[in-house]
Amino acid sequence: MTEKLAQRNYYGKALAELAKEDPKVVVMDADLAGSTKTSDFQKVCPERFVEVGIAESNMIGIAAGLAASGKTVFASTFGVFATGRCWEQIRLAVAYPKLNVKIVATHCGISVGEDGASHQALEDIAIMRALPNMVVVAPADAYEAFAATKALAKYNGPAYMRMGRADFPTILEPDMEFQIGKASVLREGTDVTIVGCGQMVSFCMDAAETLQAEGISAEVINMSTIKPLDTETLIASVSKTGCCVTAEEHSIIGGLGSAVAEALCDSTCVPLERVGTKDTFGESGKPADLMVKYGLTADDIVAAAKKSVSRK
Amino acid sequence: MADYTVSDLENIANKLRLHVVEMTYAARSGHPGGSLSAADMIAALYFKFMKHDPSNPSWDERDRFVLSKGHVAPVLYAALAEAGYFPVEDLLTLRKMGSKLQGHPVRGKVPGVEMSTGSLGQGLSMACGIALAGKMDGKDYKTICMLGDGELQEGQNWEAAMFARQAGLTNLIAIVDRNRLQITGDTEGAVGLEPLPEKWKSFGWNVIIIDGHNMRQILEALDKAAAAKARPTVIIMKTVKGKGVSFMENNAGFHGKACNDEEQAKAVEELKAVIQ
Repeated sequence: MTEKLAQRNYYGKALAELAKEDPKVVVMDADLAGSTKTSDFQKVCPERFVEVGIAESNMIGIAAGLAASGKTVFASTFGVFATGRCWEQIRLAVAYPKLNVKIVATHCGISVGEDGASHQALEDIAIMRALPNMVVVAPADAYEAFAATKALAKYNGPAYMRMGRADFPTILEPDMEFQIGKASVLREGTDVTIVGCGQMVSFCMDAAETLQAEGISAEVINMSTIKPLDTETLIASVSKTGCCVTAEEHSIIGGLGSAVAEALCDSTCVPLERVGTKDTFGESGKPADLMVKYGLTADDIVAAAKKSVSRK
Repeated sequence: MADYTVSDLENIANKLRLHVVEMTYAARSGHPGGSLSAADMIAALYFKFMKHDPSNPSWDERDRFVLSKGHVAPVLYAALAEAGYFPVEDLLTLRKMGSKLQGHPVRGKVPGVEMSTGSLGQGLSMACGIALAGKMDGKDYKTICMLGDGELQEGQNWEAAMFARQAGLTNLIAIVDRNRLQITGDTEGAVGLEPLPEKWKSFGWNVIIIDGHNMRQILEALDKAAAAKARPTVIIMKTVKGKGVSFMENNAGFHGKACNDEEQAKAVEELKAVIQ
């Protein structure tokens, strides 16, 4: 049984360490520090913590001004507000001048649960990925969220990282290394490539187990950086397996599935099935029930893999 | 910077105006109206008030200027060129493909341009960030942000205004170019801004109201703003859109349109007549 941990707790831990390690780091929040866990930084480094109140657009502008003055800025709130509310501010103030601002969102995906569609970011990867100069990261578990936070602090440029609200199964090592733009093959296989991001990676691993029992050998890739996409790892895998499945807690429009589809049609066209929400908003409910209703389970990945294999 | 007198600065402002009409005429587009209303203040900032070094645009101690009303880039570029950040000849490349002088200011492309602007309502937030970094680092530079009046219809300005007061950004000076005209006409006919001074006061700012074409008042207001100890300061400068060219004055039609050949000849003639 894998342990379940919340990514945001490890984001907070990483920030608290960065408070000591890097005097350039400034952390911002828009009234949600207790939920995003930027409060962990605030506790140890109040002088470099900036509370902007409920004003996300202003937060991004201030972040840009701080970054232009030499700061490494982490600006956090929930995914919908961190990206959608202030997308054009991110575009002009951060992405265009390539400023050193990390927009780190929690509460992404349908597993936000009871708060409902207004709070369930299912389009954030799509809109952030569309911005030139923007790195987009969706760590698979809490350990990767920690490592990615540290890596982003060292990277000089705009980046977006999305995390969930709930406790996710941990599948990686606590001391894992994270490299921006580098995917990892978590399980080798020969019949189908399954590419996941976020908590879906753990379901991809579960799906691969089930498929193995049915005689289908699945290769699982953790594509925790969605932009820039590690096309080398992707293409090497699908060249071997001949078909592909993507899995993300996000709309199939514009997210990981789209990024993979773009990469495949640029080089090696193989059958691709995309697991994700289907051009729809979410709703209130228990996270586990919503994951079933919206087709985001290991079983959905298994079905998609079989379909992908059958299309070879 | 040389120690310019009031009349020197007035003369520089008119030179900037001439550049503005020549640049926008050469580009066959651009925003002369708001550039001309801002010219006196821009001259005062770059040739008297601000600490800056054109030979070292990233000097750590420099005062920072953010042009939130980014569409008046021509007057900013003209000031930067006249101050020595880049050759004056480059001004005529405004808006042309491959030029560093983009239609709206771009950080990193033009020496002296601090932030990318052009989408209205964002500059004051950026200026808050720069001013906040100055406070964190114990620096004594000032951050100055010029806003259009119509631009104040963007709600983000008021988020930034609240924040600046909360964060005690006494090192921040906002300047509102109150020329009363936006593209559709009178600001008060679009979505009214008055009572504008009271709005800023209620947001916790010092408010100074001046004639934006009176160089003495401009300089005094900047000095007073720089001396503020308790609150951020806004200078609301009453201006005339298109100031300095008779047929452009108070004419919203020249918000975003360059002169035709005939108008250009007249504009140049009028401005040359007042330049020493």
